[in-house]
Amino acid sequence: MITEVGRDVIRPILTGMLLTARRLKRDKTTVFYPEKKRQPFPRTRWRHVLKRYDNGLEKCIGCSLCAGACPAKCIYVEAEYNTDEERYSPGERYAKRYEINMLRCIFCGFCQEACPTGAIVLRSDFELADYSRPDFIYTKEMLLEPMPEGAEAPTAKPVS
Amino acid sequence: MPKRIQEIVAHDSMTPKIGDVEKAGSVIVGNLNYLLNQARANALWPLTFGLACCAIEMMSTVASRFDIARFGSEAFRATPRQADVMIVAGRVSKKMAPVLRQIYDQMPEPKWVISMGACASSGGVYNNYAIVQGVDQVVPVDVYVPGCPPSPDALLYGLLKLQDKVKRLRHNKLIELKPREQERVNV
Repeated sequence: MITEVGRDVIRPILTGMLLTARRLKRDKTTVFYPEKKRQPFPRTRWRHVLKRYDNGLEKCIGCSLCAGACPAKCIYVEAEYNTDEERYSPGERYAKRYEINMLRCIFCGFCQEACPTGAIVLRSDFELADYSRPDFIYTKEMLLEPMPEGAEAPTAKPVS
Repeated sequence: MPKRIQEIVAHDSMTPKIGDVEKAGSVIVGNLNYLLNQARANALWPLTFGLACCAIEMMSTVASRFDIARFGSEAFRATPRQADVMIVAGRVSKKMAPVLRQIYDQMPEPKWVISMGACASSGGVYNNYAIVQGVDQVVPVDVYVPGCPPSPDALLYGLLKLQDKVKRLRHNKLIELKPREQERVNV
């Protein structure tokens, strides 16, 4: 009788508790999010960024290929011609308006793949939650990365 | 107007004076509004309302890696009567919309709604006849969390935003009675 209790009750409990004790030595799995962020994967796709060349010109040429590739139809591009006085991109045209509806966007990265100049990229900033729906229309000013150091005004000379 | 608590003094033999820094732990001076909001914000019990793939991320937010229990929201309730916040996780079909509204109406005040993911917030890729284009057409939404689906840390950020909103809540609204209710009160 006592041997049966030992075999069927005490021994399984001890085995289980030993496993728990072994796990106690391991590191905690919890990511303490607001204080510490977990390391993003190299190809994480979150918030979009519009890139610039080193001389400060925008990479976007306003071709709307990203808008065409977008499965959610959340990108709106309005192109305008560059002039020699007012030059934003090295090509013929630039994006006068570039808007992304962040609520519709599904962060698939198709825009990134479709872009011929590598102007739009998805980066790892995931803190996008907000209170009202109009705040989620991200305009070109919000998406465009800041001017690189030592760059001139947007009317810089084209590369080549 | 809410009552203002000037001081709450702990009943021990060494009753401290106000401004006594060393014994400050036993005195709470605060606004009732503030204390209520703190209590509400740090125990937002969500309603189990997973509708699609976003629910998987919502479940993983509860699990040990992200651990929503650190913010007091681990108690997912299966009944609207015990829930404070409804996390609409996933696309809401037109057929689900009345159910969603009914469950929202059954929740006791004060109540909040987090719209999780692209589909719940705006319809996402499903711009068609079957899906409600944004759950804010059915219920008032407090926080929108974009993403498809939002990662657990993005949802936690949304929850923290909601906690900020709850902490800023004011309870000095006047209750206006409708004419018929007014008559009843006068009699």
